[in-house]
Amino acid sequence: MWLSKERREQQKAHPHNQPERRKSEKGASHGAVARHSRVKSYFEHHTQVAKESLRRLLAAPLSSLMTWLVIAIALTLPVGLFVFLQNAQQLSQEWDDAAQISVYLEQQLNEKQARKMALHVEGWDAVQQVRYISPEEALEDFKRSSGFGDALQYLKENPLPAVLVVSPRTDSANLQTTQKLLEELQALPDVEQAQLDLQWVDRLFRIMALGQRMALMLGLLLGVAVLLVIGNTVRLAIESRRAEIVVVKLVGATDAFVRRPFLYMGVWYGLGGGLLAWLMVNLVIFWLSGSVAELVAAYDGDFGLSGLGFLATLSLWLSSALLGLLGAWLAVGRHLSKIEPK
Amino acid sequence: MINFEQVTKRYQDGYEALNELSFHVTQGEMAFLTGHSGAGKSTLLKLIMLMERSTRGKVTVSGRDLSDIKRRKVPYYRRNIGLVFQDHQLLFDRSVFDNVALPLIISGAQPREIGRRVRAALDKVGLLSKEKLLPLALSGGEQQRVGIARAVVNKPALLLADEPTGNLDPELSAEIMRLFEQFNQVGVTVMIASHDLSLIARMRHRILTLQQGRLISDATA
Repeated sequence: MWLSKERREQQKAHPHNQPERRKSEKGASHGAVARHSRVKSYFEHHTQVAKESLRRLLAAPLSSLMTWLVIAIALTLPVGLFVFLQNAQQLSQEWDDAAQISVYLEQQLNEKQARKMALHVEGWDAVQQVRYISPEEALEDFKRSSGFGDALQYLKENPLPAVLVVSPRTDSANLQTTQKLLEELQALPDVEQAQLDLQWVDRLFRIMALGQRMALMLGLLLGVAVLLVIGNTVRLAIESRRAEIVVVKLVGATDAFVRRPFLYMGVWYGLGGGLLAWLMVNLVIFWLSGSVAELVAAYDGDFGLSGLGFLATLSLWLSSALLGLLGAWLAVGRHLSKIEPK
Repeated sequence: MINFEQVTKRYQDGYEALNELSFHVTQGEMAFLTGHSGAGKSTLLKLIMLMERSTRGKVTVSGRDLSDIKRRKVPYYRRNIGLVFQDHQLLFDRSVFDNVALPLIISGAQPREIGRRVRAALDKVGLLSKEKLLPLALSGGEQQRVGIARAVVNKPALLLADEPTGNLDPELSAEIMRLFEQFNQVGVTVMIASHDLSLIARMRHRILTLQQGRLISDATA
């Protein structure tokens, strides 16, 4: 585990117990060279141990694959949910454009004035369309939808104002321009109140915020699961090499030296799981994209599923490798110190 | 080189393995440690290797009081001592060369150094031609010699052996002992625990005899 075939050709320097080295380090220039090669060889040693650990995993391909799959499945669930939410967000942003503004006019305004105003607003750049709803229409609507029809008959006069329903121009609209338009409409004379009809978007965002929390929670839970899986696997590896560990400790191996191959093992398990999870998420997206396209087509929409972006992929791999390192660290910390020469 | 001053070792279960033990082995000396099993031979070696710590008394190796060596520093201390086991403790998944190279890699020797010193050590035990073999391809005596090569490859000033001939026939045992003598002749302090009395009596070196954790005899045969 600590050695490999190439090892004998490897360069590695270390300051301990090397009387002959000490002699050669007398000159200042020698010392500098020694330090340089020591740093260099330290990294080479790490590369060597990393390679050796990977070679060990690949030497038992089936059991390694099982561990990788378990990790991958645990990672695929939260990552998949994350991708789903990302897509939902994108979709809702498109719907955002369809937001409408209800402009309630002053009661004393007559129909002619109101229609004139509608025409005026429709001429604005940011406005796509204005629909005029008279107080009578509004009352009819209300009677129909509220169920208070009979009660409303007793009203002497119609309490409802006329309304202009303003649709912002969809190609340039976003929340900010819509907000600006709202303010402009509010500032018009004879406008009682202008209201952005965003309640349903608001609800959607709340649902998605909930989904995000769930993804986070799921991610945390399954992250802990990955940690435990890797920790347990590394623990078994430590157990199976107990005799070896005792020997290297007796010939003067430091804790760091004994720990190193197991830490790399954890990193490889984590990284392998991350790569597989990435593959699985992309497979699922590929598998779903057909049905999504059909669904969107049925709604006359223009939307395609997007996968994991470059940054998301990178952070998936990085965090899975880190999880592996952490899991191995926990196992090593708990079990390695118990193995002492007896 | 090795100095024990009224050393007592009592294990957690109350068993007293060493009792007020005092002796001194000088630098360059070769000494045998003998006694029945349970007499405290292994405990004595474990104290020197810092696998155990003494309950009372003072152990000094190369002038260093071992109680001053903190746990973190134990690996660096162990690199100064070559240890030979009864069952040689080779790693069977790697070649003879890699087994012998292990202490050098641990202490971070230069690669050219590693090649040179491993071959020198293998040459001394007469196994230079077998460096590429796996330990399982070797006989018991050869495996033990690989274990000795591994113990001396770091050029330790002190060489300890715990029943190094325990599993070998008399002829091979004598051969292994002669090997230890050769290292002693070039200045290495050697201490060997063995209960093969007839063999060590012929060797004409100092013999320390333990009984129930006490030194009952200290004589040169």
